[in-house]
Amino acid sequence: MFVTSAYAQTAPAASETPAAPAGEVHTETGVAHGAEGGSAGFPPFDSSHFASQLLWLVITFGLFYLVIQKVIMPRVGGILEDRKGRIAGDLEEAGRLKAEADAAVETYEKELAQARSKANGIAEAARNEAKAKAASDRAAIEAELAEKLAAAETRIGEIKTKAFAEVGAIAEDTATAIVDQLIGGKATGEDIKAAVAAAKQGA
Amino acid sequence: MANDPIHQFHINTIVPIEVGGIDFSFTNASLFMVATVAIAAGFLYFSTSQRSLIPGRAQSVAEMSYEFVANMLREGAGSQGMKFFPLVLSLFMFILTANLLGMVPYFFTVTSQIIVTFALSMLVVGLVVVYGFYKHGLRFLKLFVPSGVPGVLMPLVISIEVISFIARPISLSVRLFANMLAGHITLKVFAGFVASLGALGALGIGTAILPLIMTVALTGLEFLVAFLQAYVFAVLTCMYLNDALHPDGH
Repeated sequence: MFVTSAYAQTAPAASETPAAPAGEVHTETGVAHGAEGGSAGFPPFDSSHFASQLLWLVITFGLFYLVIQKVIMPRVGGILEDRKGRIAGDLEEAGRLKAEADAAVETYEKELAQARSKANGIAEAARNEAKAKAASDRAAIEAELAEKLAAAETRIGEIKTKAFAEVGAIAEDTATAIVDQLIGGKATGEDIKAAVAAAKQGA
Repeated sequence: MANDPIHQFHINTIVPIEVGGIDFSFTNASLFMVATVAIAAGFLYFSTSQRSLIPGRAQSVAEMSYEFVANMLREGAGSQGMKFFPLVLSLFMFILTANLLGMVPYFFTVTSQIIVTFALSMLVVGLVVVYGFYKHGLRFLKLFVPSGVPGVLMPLVISIEVISFIARPISLSVRLFANMLAGHITLKVFAGFVASLGALGALGIGTAILPLIMTVALTGLEFLVAFLQAYVFAVLTCMYLNDALHPDGH
């Protein structure tokens, strides 16, 4: 502390407080004592300024409190609230979009499966149709053939009966001619006819 | 008397005001109270005036102080304590700004005046007492009766609790006041060494390096203390408010 006092001697009372008397003495501890308005030496304990400090503290701090409460708090709180809301909103939007994308993927897959089964169905139907057509074609051709066969058979039958019928007449004629040749007599048509019929029956 | 480490705490009248024989003068202390409030409120006001979604640097600082105090209060006094948020935020910002403003050379440190810190701590403790009785009535006195103490020890424990409660405004105010006062005096003394040694010639200038290093280091420390004391004051305020909110909660 000798330095302090040494310096004090080199610059005596250079920047005294306006209130301090010119003759103020500074000790080694640097505490101004003596007749400074009759107050204690150590300024923070100088009660003569307490009232003024209290009054101005009340005024300034009270004002500060009001500004904080009425202006700063709602504003900063609002900013933080907005940001929180915005983030929550964005997250929600992202979640919604993700759900949408998931739904789209699901729909796509479902449609793909549907298309696949539909394609299978179409192939199946085509195959069935082709099979059915082949079957019906075959049936038609077979029916046609059967019809033709039946027609042919009837014709054969007709020809046969006709032939059989004509066989009688031919036999009668032949028999008449033979009888003429053999016996030179006249066999009655009736007799021949009966004989032919008997022969036919016998055959 | 520039080298007097106490000089910086002198109160000088700027505008003399006297009402009913009491000195209410506008002094350098008043001036720096006004400056503290103007700077703190101005900073909080203008840094948030853009209301940006993505905050700039200044707005970030304002938001950080807001959330810092909000979290401190929520942890200290629960969500019910949030009704005291404006008070705690005001106290924290006022003390922090006053402490930091005091770090500027030639500036007056508002919080180095015991009457100022005592008034602030009385505001807190007074609020605790008034709100505690208003909210809980006589149940507030349970604060002094810890649960689970054997009956024989009760008188002793209660008297200790009462004394510690009464000591609160004193410890709260003296802690802040003494830290600021001692820090500024130490800083001034070491800075004074630099100037004094520097005046002694070449050898002195060489030696003056040591207190200069000390002064630089102390300046850093004092900035830390300035913040720390504001934080401690705010945290203790939250704890005391918790007593008023939940007197039987401990």
